[in-house]
Amino acid sequence: MDEKDQLKGYRGRARKVLEYMGARVWAEVEIETDKGIFEGIILPRSEQADDLHVVLKLFTGYNIGLAVDRIKSIKEKGFRKAHYKIPEQEFPYDPAKPNVTLLGTGGTIASRLDYRTGAVIPAFTPGELYGAVPELADICNLKTEKLFGVFSENMGPAEYITTAKTIGREIEAGVDGIVIGHGTDTMHHTAAALTFMVQNPPVPIIIVGSQRSSDRPSSDAAFNLRCASNAAARGHIAEVMVCMFGPTSDTYNLLHRGTRVRKMHSSYRSTFRTISDIPVATCTPTEVKPLRKDFNPRRKDRQVKIDARFDDRVAIVYYYPAMKPDIIESLIDNGYKGIVIAGTGLGHVNKPLYEPLRKACKMGISVMMTVQTLWGYVQMFVYDTGRDLMELGIVPCSNMLPEVAYIKLGWVLAHTETREEVAKMMLTTVNGEITEREPHDGYLIFQGGLPEIEEFLKRGLR
Amino acid sequence: MDAWRKKLIEDIDFDDKEFYSALGFKCGLEIHQQLDTKKKLFCHCPVGYRNDEPDAIILRHMRPTLSEMGTYDGTALMEFKTKKQVIYQLYRDNVCTYEMDDTPPFPMNQEALDYAIEIALMLGCQLVDEVHITRKQYLDGSIPTGFQRTAIIGVDGWIPYRGRKIRIQQLALEEDACREVEDRRHTIVFRTDRLSTPLVEVVTKPDMLTPHEAAEVDELLGRLLRASGRVRRGIGTARQDVNVSINGSDRVEIKGVPRTPDIRALTHYEALRHKALLDLREELHKRGITPTGFRAEDHEVTGLLKNTSNPRLRALIDEGEVIHAVNLKGWRELIRHETQPALTFAAELAGRVRVIACLDEMPNIFVLDGRGEGLGVEAEEHLRKEIGAAEEDTLVLVWGPAEDALTGAQEIIIRAKEAVQFIPQESRQHMPDACRTDFERILPGPDRMYPDTDSAPVAISKERVERLQADAAPCPWDREERYMKMKIPEHLAADLAIHPSARLFDQLIEETSLNPTLLAEALVQWQKAIKRDKRKVGLNISPPYEESLESFFKAAADCNTPRRALYYAFEKLLYGENAEPPSFLSGEELKALCKKVAREFADVRYKTRELTLDFLVGEIIEQSQGRAEPAKTRFLLSSYP
Ligand SMILES: [Zn+2]
Repeated sequence: MDEKDQLKGYRGRARKVLEYMGARVWAEVEIETDKGIFEGIILPRSEQADDLHVVLKLFTGYNIGLAVDRIKSIKEKGFRKAHYKIPEQEFPYDPAKPNVTLLGTGGTIASRLDYRTGAVIPAFTPGELYGAVPELADICNLKTEKLFGVFSENMGPAEYITTAKTIGREIEAGVDGIVIGHGTDTMHHTAAALTFMVQNPPVPIIIVGSQRSSDRPSSDAAFNLRCASNAAARGHIAEVMVCMFGPTSDTYNLLHRGTRVRKMHSSYRSTFRTISDIPVATCTPTEVKPLRKDFNPRRKDRQVKIDARFDDRVAIVYYYPAMKPDIIESLIDNGYKGIVIAGTGLGHVNKPLYEPLRKACKMGISVMMTVQTLWGYVQMFVYDTGRDLMELGIVPCSNMLPEVAYIKLGWVLAHTETREEVAKMMLTTVNGEITEREPHDGYLIFQGGLPEIEEFLKRGLR
Repeated sequence: MDAWRKKLIEDIDFDDKEFYSALGFKCGLEIHQQLDTKKKLFCHCPVGYRNDEPDAIILRHMRPTLSEMGTYDGTALMEFKTKKQVIYQLYRDNVCTYEMDDTPPFPMNQEALDYAIEIALMLGCQLVDEVHITRKQYLDGSIPTGFQRTAIIGVDGWIPYRGRKIRIQQLALEEDACREVEDRRHTIVFRTDRLSTPLVEVVTKPDMLTPHEAAEVDELLGRLLRASGRVRRGIGTARQDVNVSINGSDRVEIKGVPRTPDIRALTHYEALRHKALLDLREELHKRGITPTGFRAEDHEVTGLLKNTSNPRLRALIDEGEVIHAVNLKGWRELIRHETQPALTFAAELAGRVRVIACLDEMPNIFVLDGRGEGLGVEAEEHLRKEIGAAEEDTLVLVWGPAEDALTGAQEIIIRAKEAVQFIPQESRQHMPDACRTDFERILPGPDRMYPDTDSAPVAISKERVERLQADAAPCPWDREERYMKMKIPEHLAADLAIHPSARLFDQLIEETSLNPTLLAEALVQWQKAIKRDKRKVGLNISPPYEESLESFFKAAADCNTPRRALYYAFEKLLYGENAEPPSFLSGEELKALCKKVAREFADVRYKTRELTLDFLVGEIIEQSQGRAEPAKTRFLLSSYP
């Protein structure tokens, strides 16, 4: 359906009736029904909705649906097309401010609504962003580039590669920092991929998104964008990091290392957490405060190593107690080159899986073991079963997160398929995907209900 | 306060049709009434009130967003100017991550939708065929999402009043907002217990033509809502906003009128405020201060006042705060134009400064027009000279932290300019005297409404409407009339018509042979009296479930329980005991009791035999707990010597 469709979103019966009545969307109308007369503006309809109703925006601002079969007549009295446009103003340029490039992948930062689908369409040009978040001009000069318009779940190897190459180009061009707008669902996959594909960057590469879309006043988008822009423009940590809410209160954000971060709640603002370690820094729209010393500092040079490739014949297998061998067999049959197992406890699977796993290893498939507990290390020496698994050729991946192991394995397999070399590359750390030690505060999931935790919550700190 | 209030309301005929019609007085109501559902509207939290310490707090901010028509709402921008930190108090048992805006909404509570449809039907509304959940933006922080989820259920209803129709514009089903706990400077604190409780909002057209009518219709609608049997009762469960306009003014909303009778004085003085502002505008125009002739200047005068004798100003200068002087050119004396009893136009300015610049320590402005308010006459003269103010100019001083003082000065200019143009469409709060009002915020327009992308529309099926039509309570006035036809006394009929047990009453009358007046008394008056007594002895017993009331009265009908016995048994039931309504004493039982009592009181002799019999009958009825039939008892006793 094209943009000029006069009955946007209407189909079937509703479309027929409206056509017959000569009605069109955005028309100010008087609709006579068997219940009385309704006045308002005909709105486009969501394509997923039924074909029995017409949506009317009353002059009070409320929307209602009227059954098309009750309509006797529609009188058009005017026409008022919505011009939803974020007030666009030229983004001011200040030679004294750092230059930041914002790469768009389809995540929503500033946005407007699409009435056919109810979806949120991102506003993206610097002018639009300036209209929506004018505070950005206090932070940096902004250039934007829309790489793709995909939802987070559609980000994949091709997108990782394009993004990595664009980053390389921008760094070469002398940018002071990079911000990547991204949907949150697979943000940590992309963060891991970019860590492997963009090595040793001289400037910060900050991935940012929002958990509450920016079409709502309580959105975290503007705050996240301000924090991310500042971390990219002025921050001294030159790594691939995710910048999202620290607490659910909007007080400060966290910068998470791209290989240690994971989305941990389906909807909380503070959904991203660093696992088995502490975040790199806290940040606000005006400052970046490191929480640790072992980060890669910003450099003047432009010596970044772009290593953008990916073999997508890789799978994660989330093990469960009664898993049958056919799961593994089907991966073998379908030509997969790498399997990441998220095993139980310290990294286990049951006996019936041994045979297909042995077969997989024999056939040159690289099999990696991670833990579905997310926190902690794989430790396969403790029990006989673990030793058996290692004998089969399964590589324990230390405390690498399952998703990170998946991304890294895809990246590694694009370099070599030799099992020994794959194992070696997997266990050679690029940036934090395996850490030698887990600090005592690397694992903290506070348990609600305990008096001391409740005391903490009373102070509004989470 | 009482004397003051008395002075303000005595001798006013709030129903003086001639007076109010000459003024062009018009009034509409927005009644918010919580529904008696078990759970909230968009999550599964139990509805409940909390007054204890919150379990946790969180901090948020609000930003305006674009409406679907592509514009920013004016109120939203204004509220954004205030830059408030919003603190929410949370309770684990009554608030979940939905209310915190950390979880998307669950599907709409269908029990609430049913109730709203029933009430819409009672109001004679046209139901919509498909309910669209709309977001109504609120940037004051009262809802953590920044918008209220609301949906129109019906439009174009009416209720009868004084032989005409009061039109109901719409009935919406929406989630309740937070309760404000504290609002100081740039921090506002909200309690979330009430948040998301389902409520219906009933909006009338501006069809009330006197303040008295407004109060009466409010009362009437309140009765109708209670008669539905679907609403919560008690403090804070119903609130009303009242809209007032007169000839030449647009509607102004008085928010959260605490008591129905207060509507009279509040709307009266609000109408007079409009009149005063229109008069002021005329005066301004006469002086050439028109929309194009309006001139105002803002001067930062901190330096000029650093030696001021005013200790408050001195202290704030020492703390690095600043003072602005706004010069309203040619306004001399007009700022003293009275707008409400003992309040002048200066109060309009102060209200804006208080809310928008968050300068809430009163007084927050000084008016300088020759009397040297706050500074002294000489200092005023000096200041005027320094900033080049002419004699006919009025200066307004405002002070505070630099950013707020600047906002305050700008707001003074904005409000003064409005005075030249129109009466701003505001939302106003009542003052403690419940007669006058003060600025709360600019009234939001339709631009703050946009569809809720988190919720799908809900079609209302014909079957559902038919089922609810059968279920919906009749209007209280129809019910009352029916009850009076059953010979129930008028006041009792009126109370019963809006009583939570009215449905049960109708059902029992239909299904049993119970005496209507007796049943009405039991359900309305006895219940109330017994509960009051119970409270007196410190018992707090929840009302019996409808089913237990139903089976109790059915049993009473079956065994024809005498009145007194019914009362005793009912009392037991309300005390939570296992109570069965007894029948009359059998002939043998009665005989035995008569004998016993006659013996016991053999010595008692009244003046006449009749009086003695009266006494004995009373005693027997008492001892039998009402189970002795009086006539039979008397007959039996009279056969004794
Ligand atoms: Zn809840």
